[in-house]
Amino acid sequence: MPVERVSVTEAAAEVIDRLRSEHGELMFHLSGGCCDGSSPMCFPLGEFRLGGRDLYLGDIHGCGFYMHADQFNYYENCHTIVDVVEGRGASFSLEIPLGLRFLIRSRIFTDAEMADVRPVTAAT
Amino acid sequence: MAFQRPEFKEQYENYIGGKWLAPIGGQYFDNTSPIDAGFIARIPQSTAKDIDLAVEKAWEAATTWSKSSPAERSMLMFRIADRIEENIELLSMVETCDNGKGIRETLGADLPLVIDQFRYFGGCIRTEAGSVTNIDADTVSMEVHEPLGVVAQIIPWNFPLLMAAWKIAPALATGNCIVIKPAEQTPVSLLVLMEVIGDLLPPGVLNVVNGFGVECGKPLASHPDVKKVAFTGETSTGRLIMQYAAENIIPATTELGGKSPNIFFESIMDKDDEFLDKAIEGLVLFALNQGQVCTCPSRALIQESIYDKFMAKCLVRIEAITRGDPYELSTMMSAQASNDQHEKIMSYIDIGKQEGAELLTGGNAYKNPQYPDGYYIEPTVFKGHNKMRIFQEEIFGPVLAVTTFKDEDEALEIANDTQFGLGSGLWSRDMHQVHKVSRGIQAGRVWVNSYHIYPAGASFGGYKNSGIGRENHAMMLNGYRHTKNVLISYNKNKLGFF
Repeated sequence: MPVERVSVTEAAAEVIDRLRSEHGELMFHLSGGCCDGSSPMCFPLGEFRLGGRDLYLGDIHGCGFYMHADQFNYYENCHTIVDVVEGRGASFSLEIPLGLRFLIRSRIFTDAEMADVRPVTAAT
Repeated sequence: MAFQRPEFKEQYENYIGGKWLAPIGGQYFDNTSPIDAGFIARIPQSTAKDIDLAVEKAWEAATTWSKSSPAERSMLMFRIADRIEENIELLSMVETCDNGKGIRETLGADLPLVIDQFRYFGGCIRTEAGSVTNIDADTVSMEVHEPLGVVAQIIPWNFPLLMAAWKIAPALATGNCIVIKPAEQTPVSLLVLMEVIGDLLPPGVLNVVNGFGVECGKPLASHPDVKKVAFTGETSTGRLIMQYAAENIIPATTELGGKSPNIFFESIMDKDDEFLDKAIEGLVLFALNQGQVCTCPSRALIQESIYDKFMAKCLVRIEAITRGDPYELSTMMSAQASNDQHEKIMSYIDIGKQEGAELLTGGNAYKNPQYPDGYYIEPTVFKGHNKMRIFQEEIFGPVLAVTTFKDEDEALEIANDTQFGLGSGLWSRDMHQVHKVSRGIQAGRVWVNSYHIYPAGASFGGYKNSGIGRENHAMMLNGYRHTKNVLISYNKNKLGFF
């Protein structure tokens, strides 16, 4: 089994379950830029149109996790953990009306992990 | 005058068709102040039905407003500016409470720039002349401008009133009616602004609808009767906005942030004078608005020959940043805008440490003794290299990433090695260098021997992933109107084809 690039905390997985029961299947896209950028966005599956330069990093709790290739350049050596905190984010991410916000925590891969890390694939 | 937390109503409503209307679904959410996490007011949690009503009322108003004269619109803008100026202290305190930024900044920068934005566009629209071209002896071409009708605007939380003004002013000046949604973290200042200026506006010309992105922002951005969407925020939502705009075949302008380089060349240290003092402040401006600025100079590139001496002076200035009560004019740094923003910044400080960047100062949350429940962070400086995530991702907090360069070529290479291109700064006493480097930076704004000044009339917008469009300049008038070509022939003879 390769080393996964993305994982999810138990608290975030519970929020995903709540959102899935209301909105159906979900997807995550990592945002960049100002305000609520550098945060994961959770959308109904298919709501966000993935493009030729988006990459698929793996699944978290049954949802595909994607980011743009420009951003992945700097995530290649990081394990990304999707967590959730209380807060009032802006953006169209589905958890915001719950008074919660997904965010990422990161851990640098060890050399041993890097040798066996899951390859990324094109999103489309 | 002593500044303090202002009085608010317990509950606010949407401002639609010139009236304060409760959300149709009857739901509200609590707005809190990041200064102390305390309750401010209940805010409408609107849905698509409220958006539908606001768009309908805006179109009703558009039948007359779209035919208003430039003189009438110009005068409205001046009256709005005057009214805001009369209430500048109230609106500054409201903005400080809602966003968490210090009164030093709201009173000294945000609100004066709001006022100036309305005066600027009031002047633009009154003095503008159209164009008529003689095509040939019998043919005249007229370029006539007409408003789009009803436009949608989605406002960020970092400069709630100023970013609203940047969008409202050109749209009103060109004769459009507006449905605007403030950010859910900072909804109340625009509502208080409407209490201050609402009576000046014809009903339905400016409608404010509050709520969450997915419930209220998406129905607004994707509404079939909206003729343009303007958005400031981040890249995923920016792409969604453009996706919805593509579905409706309407224009979208987006401002999506940056990771702006601030370049310090060795000549700044040639003298120990007021300019060196200004350059030191130029670096420390990463802490303005707690780093929550799209153009935050969050990457400092310092020529290696001056690094030790210059950085030592900068660190002294950073460590002298005063913190305390955001309502005190002497307080330089205040609260981050929300708890999740605070958490995200702390997670990036953790990434910087893990990546092996050298922590030069800060690196911790700050416990404000007066407001222990607020969201404060120490001004933080890391030294590292440009491939690190703290150099490549917008943290949107008071976190500066510093690196060094050998010469002009390397400075430009590092400056442009980023997915964004919004702001940038360069500091030098060498005018040849200034011209060469400013043209070499791939960004929509290059501040030369200055930073973080935003005069109306200086265009603002991004290269690369920083978005599409230019604000804060007369050229944005064309972002809010059609150009109709009326081509008139005086020749009574047929073309001859048929």
